[in-house]
Amino acid sequence: MATLNDYLVLSAVLFTIGAAGVFLRRNLITILLAVEIMLNAVNLTFVAFGRFHGSVDGQIIVFFVMTVAAAEAAVGLAIVIAMFRHRGTLNPEAFKTLKW
Amino acid sequence: MAGDLAFFYVFAAVAVGTSLLVIGQRNPIYSVLLLIASFGALAGLYVLLDAPFVAVTQIIVYAGAIMVLFLFVVMLLNAPREEPIDPERLVEPQGARWFGALLAVFLLVELGWAVARGSRALFGRASFDSVRVEQLSSVRFIGTVLYSDYAFAFEVTSILILVAMVGAVLLARRHEKEV
Repeated sequence: MATLNDYLVLSAVLFTIGAAGVFLRRNLITILLAVEIMLNAVNLTFVAFGRFHGSVDGQIIVFFVMTVAAAEAAVGLAIVIAMFRHRGTLNPEAFKTLKW
Repeated sequence: MAGDLAFFYVFAAVAVGTSLLVIGQRNPIYSVLLLIASFGALAGLYVLLDAPFVAVTQIIVYAGAIMVLFLFVVMLLNAPREEPIDPERLVEPQGARWFGALLAVFLLVELGWAVARGSRALFGRASFDSVRVEQLSSVRFIGTVLYSDYAFAFEVTSILILVAMVGAVLLARRHEKEV
């Protein structure tokens, strides 16, 4: 039986991969996917803590996280579509009008 | 229970491996498909954690609905491949690079410290008595808690979804004058 520590380490690794993806990729869609990886790493932590503390609250918070993730994906992808229509590229380097 | 541990390592390896491949791809369509595999492995981990309902929701909502939305957008935009980096951009200020490296090392040390410090008495505990575990994996119990203790949060979530829906439609709408 894997211990809580195993799950926490796995979750930390996944979160790190997601964070690295946000910084390394130069494609808006892949950046959103990396955010999803981070959200899932946090979900894993919630469920693992809930399981090892004998509480069902972790699982319920995961549902809320999933709803927020769905809303985030819908709005985020709508913004991506609008930006692509505007500049014809998904490279975040192209959007620097607000950059000083 | 040795089988459980083997399953944990298999699912963990698949999840980490596919996640690494997701951020290692230049073509977004492969990234999306690999992420679905990663979510499948996570669903397996949820089953190991006695949370079958979360596992099923993960497959249906995440791998099913959200990833299809991503796939749809990738195909709608004709999946432009990521261009190789401009060599001129690599000449960035040394200070920023050192600062970033320092922050990364700091985070790594912090995480290692937190994981190593976790007391075995709490984090090393394998399981509770079977009655509690049975309750944890019961959909009936989850539903009872969700619609009593978390009823307000649940209702607020519906407003969030409504706002997200209106926002998405408004943002992605084609403006008449632009065309």
